[in-house]
Amino acid sequence: MGNYIPSTAGERQAMLEAIGFDSMEALFKAQIPEKILLDQPLDLPSGLSEKEVRSVMEAIAAKNHAFRTIFRGAGAYHHYIPSMVKSVVSNETLLTAYTPYQAEISQGILQSIFEYQTMICELTGMDAANASVYDGASAAAEATAMCRERKRTKVLVSAAVNPQVIRTIRTYCWGAGAAVVLLPAKDGVTDWQAMEQLADGETACLYVQHPNFYGLLEDVETAVRLTHQAGAKLIMGVNPIAQAILKTPAAYDADIVVGEGQPLGMPLSFGGPYLGFMACKQDMVRKLPGRIVGETTDREGKRAFVLTLQAREQHIRREKASSSLCSNQALCALTASVYMSAMGPQGMAEAARQSMSKAHYAAAQISAIPGYELKFSGEFFHEFVTKSPIPPEEILERLECEDMLGGYPLQGDLEGCILWCCTEMNTKSEIDQLVNVLKEVAEQ
Amino acid sequence: MKLIFEASRQGRGCSLLPACDVPVYALDAAAGRKNPPRLPEVAEIDLIRHYSALAKRAYGVNDGFYPLGSCTMKYNPKINEEIASLPGFTRIHPLQPLAMSQGCLEVLKLAEGYLCEITGMDAMTLQPAAGAHGELTGMLLIKAFHQSRKDTKRTKIIVPDSAHGTNPASAAMAGFDVVSIPSTEEGMVDVAKLREAVGDDTAGLMLTNPNTVGLFDKNILEITEIIHKAGGLNYYDGANLNAIMGKARPGDMGFDVVHINLHKTFATPHGGGGPGSGPVGCKAPLAVFMPGAPIREAACWADTGDQELEIIKRAAAEQAEGTAPPPKNDEEKEIQKAAKELLARLQQAAGPELEFGPVSPLSIGSVRAFYGNFLVVVKALTYILTLGKEGIPEASENAVLNANYLMSKVKDLYPVAYGKHCMHEFVVTLEALKKETGISAMDIAKGLLDFGIHPPTMYFPLIVHEALMLEPTETESRETLDEAAEMLRKLHEIAKTDPDILHAAPVTTTVQRLDEVGAARHPKLHYAFPE
Amino acid sequence: MNYPKELFYMKSHEWVKFLDDATALVGISDHAQDALGDLVFVNLPQAEDAVTAGESFADVESVKAVSDVYSPVTGTIAEINEALLDSPELLNQDPYGAWMIKVVNVTDHADLLSAEDYEKMIAEEA
Repeated sequence: MGNYIPSTAGERQAMLEAIGFDSMEALFKAQIPEKILLDQPLDLPSGLSEKEVRSVMEAIAAKNHAFRTIFRGAGAYHHYIPSMVKSVVSNETLLTAYTPYQAEISQGILQSIFEYQTMICELTGMDAANASVYDGASAAAEATAMCRERKRTKVLVSAAVNPQVIRTIRTYCWGAGAAVVLLPAKDGVTDWQAMEQLADGETACLYVQHPNFYGLLEDVETAVRLTHQAGAKLIMGVNPIAQAILKTPAAYDADIVVGEGQPLGMPLSFGGPYLGFMACKQDMVRKLPGRIVGETTDREGKRAFVLTLQAREQHIRREKASSSLCSNQALCALTASVYMSAMGPQGMAEAARQSMSKAHYAAAQISAIPGYELKFSGEFFHEFVTKSPIPPEEILERLECEDMLGGYPLQGDLEGCILWCCTEMNTKSEIDQLVNVLKEVAEQ
Repeated sequence: MKLIFEASRQGRGCSLLPACDVPVYALDAAAGRKNPPRLPEVAEIDLIRHYSALAKRAYGVNDGFYPLGSCTMKYNPKINEEIASLPGFTRIHPLQPLAMSQGCLEVLKLAEGYLCEITGMDAMTLQPAAGAHGELTGMLLIKAFHQSRKDTKRTKIIVPDSAHGTNPASAAMAGFDVVSIPSTEEGMVDVAKLREAVGDDTAGLMLTNPNTVGLFDKNILEITEIIHKAGGLNYYDGANLNAIMGKARPGDMGFDVVHINLHKTFATPHGGGGPGSGPVGCKAPLAVFMPGAPIREAACWADTGDQELEIIKRAAAEQAEGTAPPPKNDEEKEIQKAAKELLARLQQAAGPELEFGPVSPLSIGSVRAFYGNFLVVVKALTYILTLGKEGIPEASENAVLNANYLMSKVKDLYPVAYGKHCMHEFVVTLEALKKETGISAMDIAKGLLDFGIHPPTMYFPLIVHEALMLEPTETESRETLDEAAEMLRKLHEIAKTDPDILHAAPVTTTVQRLDEVGAARHPKLHYAFPE
Repeated sequence: MNYPKELFYMKSHEWVKFLDDATALVGISDHAQDALGDLVFVNLPQAEDAVTAGESFADVESVKAVSDVYSPVTGTIAEINEALLDSPELLNQDPYGAWMIKVVNVTDHADLLSAEDYEKMIAEEA
């Protein structure tokens, strides 16, 4: 019933006649063999008016529950999103533009990407960033491909990395025929002792996440030292909010930095669209996948921006390209730029400090409850793991009754433990309420 | 115009966060950064005006005609945006309990089902985030299929020379060697050459149909059969699906795996280069290799193949009918207890409850985190529900009609590379014009900028010299097409009478032609902050 | 177009200059640089890498294209012309001065054309 075709039935008929056909059927029959043409309509529901489709979709959305309070992260983080963000990214021109192939009419998009690249370089301290990739996990996988050479194909990954990232790296590496070896974790952080046996002349890179999946800060100095000793590259996965206050990957001498950019102004949205960011040192720029915008001048010497270093890419290098990346997450990169501009250096640092402070407050309060304790003793950013004799399901169900999404119940070796997250969104009174509920559950 | 860093003034900012209401935790200085990142310090009005100015220096579908071939720049309905911004979708944590995310699962399940029907596939994953990501996923499925049969000598993917660059690049990422086959003089797959190319090392073929010159390959059944007989699989690149929806299905043409671009065919906006969404569909035998966990109806009465669950379900059915025998032993007691819980759950649920089933042990894994670009799927689902079974084929019909109409209005001046009619797009060659006047496809494209039209795709496919590829889409009116044809004709005349105008074009844009050589030789990839 | 007589050429448009029986300089011809247009990057191998006659050892990029460069000789790379990494435009400005690699221990070579034959081939292609 609904469609977005402007032409009337009469106009269509006139156009058909202008091209020498008397009907749509004839137009298709002239080109598609009869054997293939569908002889019955698709098994889809009948179309709807805008009013009807609105109520159908609103009813579906109503089957979800948006929690009042969220203490869960594990790869998707609930941060404050300034109103400016939505205002800018709803701009119809920015929203409905294509990839800026035609630079002369796309300076706005190109400049916004250039500004985004600059901001990612500032956060990470690296020399160059690309225009974005699909998400943090695929950014990690793409980064491992940047490091592989003929003789060095093995990819080392810390076991304390987000399991979804590990899975994605494994999938990409399996495709490319590269081995992935997990570096075990001990006390919630990477066990560097194992590195000496595992890193060798065939090792392409090591991927380490900082803060890691359990929220803990890793010993990145050691990671860099051991990786470079083996002649391999170090890829660091970082949280962009934490990066406002944590030592930069460049200062650690990391080779590539990637991360999930969702905390930079993107809503949780059941997992997407998010933003993969990637940055690297100067000597790896030509291995960066995807779009890159550079500054240049026009014929009159005016500053201008353009997609550059394109000979790296699939449309030129075809099967020799190291990535097939084409469409990326440009509007999410724009979201991140607006977020970072709105927050500014102080605002970003404030969000980071508050997230960290609230997590430490919550961790101290929870571990003071008899029966609860922190699983790991290392320094952490805004996530931490607790263990308690009470099954996590019981705790979490009880919190749900209070309209609180509790921490993420861990599996495997850490079964029975909960990974909590605090951000600037969690007020002290919410944390106190959380602690009270946990106390009650413990006392029952 | 200024970069936002140049508009930055120390000490400026926006008032966004309250003071910290817990003791501030002091980070160990060794773990902290030395200097703050040089992010912009701007007031709210500075920021909003900056981005408004950037938006004025861009061009979207909302601004005018966008016949960018192979990109399907159709109108992006506004209701889709509004639905995707409902808090019931945006505020849902991807790892929250499934009972609280039933609406999200329903979106995914419905979209999977409709997309399967439109493409003629049996299973669909919404995880891939873009077309090229879908291609990689599809190639990995084909790799997994052959490996599971220990058929490891199949290392070659056949790709026509007219293919989009992502095809060979994606195949290479999945570890395949790419074999390029030439096109015939009619722009179709050279069937004879294809026969020569296949063998017991053929893993599969990647193809789009209609192809990149806008023609439907009539030999498609023969082509896909050649690959099947050789033991390979056929991959359908959905770049051109907008030509055939409701008219023909890749699944009926012999394709085993497809990807779809929701940001082309299903009207979700491009956002200046993403986020898109590249769902991948496959035939039943490949479903076990799909990435991520399949969505299924929880504890539904249909056979799940899970023996333990089936026993519990039978017991629950008996309880519901009141025919359950008293339990004879502890094991039966346990079963009855589980059955009672199951029954309670089913009776409580308004509809069938959805859940993620276990990940198949043969799955390729994950191509990203979570379940895909979810909000993009929400928009596409809204679009599919709006159009429905009547509107979906109507969209394709009018896309093809508009392309043929525009072609008929310009083809006397702009020779069409191949074919008499076209599907949803067509390719013209300016080789002769260039020889005669020195005006290239690029010059005509730049001339269009001065007329306020987004140029067609240039220099693609690679098999056509001085190519311009035009795809008007169904959402353009007859007058828009007439005007565009007029402008193209006018530009042709200018090329012959006053070519210098076109060499100089564009002159009405915010910048003129750029020094791309300088940009690539000495890359400046971020702002150089004053020291 | 300029094709120095003392050089030998490949059909794929590389030149080779033998400094002695076992040492050679390799670059791309004037015709190649002209056809490729403004070069923006040269992807060179490393010193001590082996090269094989007829096989690709480098690639050169223009803004919209990338092309393989094939080795006319078999041997070991003694030196690469590092100036090209920062200034690929040297290949456009002075294709015969801008050698790409210096090969030692040359043991074999591909089918090579004299300047005269190479020039003839290009004239026929045009």
